[in-house]
Amino acid sequence: MSLMTEVGQKAFELGVPLAVHMDVTYRCNERCVHCYLDHDDHGEMTTAEIKDVLDQLAEAGVFFLTFSGGEVFMRRDFFELVEHARRLMFNVKIKTNAVMIHEREARRIRELDVDTVQISVYSHRPEVHDAITKLPHSFERTIKSVRFLREQGLKVTIANVLMTVNSADHAGVQKLAAELGVHYTLDPTITPMMDGDMSVLSLRIPGAELPDIFHNPALVDSQEEFCAPPKPPSKEDLEGYSCSAGHSFCYISPYGDVFPCVQFPLPTGNIRQQKFLDIWNLSPQMKEVRSIQAKDLTVCSSCSHVSSCSRCPGLAYMEGSMRGPSTADCEKSFYRTGVPTANMLRQGLAKPRGRSGNHAPLIQIQPIAVPA
Amino acid sequence: MPENCIYVARSSAIAARALAGEMMVMNSADSTFFTLNEVATAIFQAADGRTPLREIVRDRVCEQFDVDPEQAQADAEQFVTELSSHGILLVSHQPLASETPR
Repeated sequence: MSLMTEVGQKAFELGVPLAVHMDVTYRCNERCVHCYLDHDDHGEMTTAEIKDVLDQLAEAGVFFLTFSGGEVFMRRDFFELVEHARRLMFNVKIKTNAVMIHEREARRIRELDVDTVQISVYSHRPEVHDAITKLPHSFERTIKSVRFLREQGLKVTIANVLMTVNSADHAGVQKLAAELGVHYTLDPTITPMMDGDMSVLSLRIPGAELPDIFHNPALVDSQEEFCAPPKPPSKEDLEGYSCSAGHSFCYISPYGDVFPCVQFPLPTGNIRQQKFLDIWNLSPQMKEVRSIQAKDLTVCSSCSHVSSCSRCPGLAYMEGSMRGPSTADCEKSFYRTGVPTANMLRQGLAKPRGRSGNHAPLIQIQPIAVPA
Repeated sequence: MPENCIYVARSSAIAARALAGEMMVMNSADSTFFTLNEVATAIFQAADGRTPLREIVRDRVCEQFDVDPEQAQADAEQFVTELSSHGILLVSHQPLASETPR
């Protein structure tokens, strides 16, 4: 077990919020076709409010801090916030489209010893990328910014969200990342709009195409292990928990709302009305999320995949119950191993959705900043 | 280097946080990650660049932990040398300003 994993487990057991994802704005200079956010400003936290939140997070034991949005550089005070966070000795990661990063900004990011900059790139073909972002020349600007960041010696990750309109481009983006000397991650997640609108989910990659991704050794390490049939669950598996959401991780919106995860829209409190630690320790919703063990899951507790499934409680919540199945992860388990899940069998599904099936989101986002 | 002339300060390049009394430290430049035990955490927290290491060992280690002073000093010097090689602590014969992020 790696030292980082040990620390993650310790924080989990102690109930310490080791990692926090904070969106500092929902405003954005791009209008990506798959984005789930409302980009209007409905009352973002002020500079002073966010600094106060950061003070509270440091006090609470948060170590890994991800700043995201929206586009973080839409806030004129963004560097002031990063400076404050670094003064408090957080490990800081920034998620951005990088369009507004020039040489000066890249230098400042390096001076502040930011750990990693994660940048969304949708295609190696400018016309495809720009059609997704709806910002002309955004590909050119983003790649130029990646070069500025690399010149400063910064660690950069290209995040490649896959959807119908760019599903064939992952190999090209992966090659581009290698040429630029940056890490590459692939994410086939399309999330419903914040207002519950599901229409954006029509952009999801059809389930039938998932095996091409899961069984591609260039994209997934340890093929044999990853695609192996599920093992029977042990007592320990059944007493285990889904993920770190609400246990050692949480999400804070630009309006101060605190959620168990960026993809788990269960409101637990607002930091403008309560102290962070009061929400974290005392919120009935947080306590409920923390209480759910695998054996408590209505369908999944009897599923052969229960010990290895990536079941996301946030996606399950969006489907109706945080104790229920997440269809997206059922599909993932099925296409990974070829073994149907209890949820599929219960519904009498001979096969999960194809090109025009239901509209549950695909695969959970992995927002945790803690490396494995 | 005479022992009593060693000053240590935390680098501004690192991230650090205590978890259950033990310090997690990470250097983003090379992704090295450490956890420090209670004694090492006490030294790390006292590394203000102005207090000589010998004084830190005397006041923060020997006072609070049941250790032999000479062994504690030797262990502290080894610890400081190792962390300085990873850019986590700065070591000098002269007092240092404890760095804050630029």
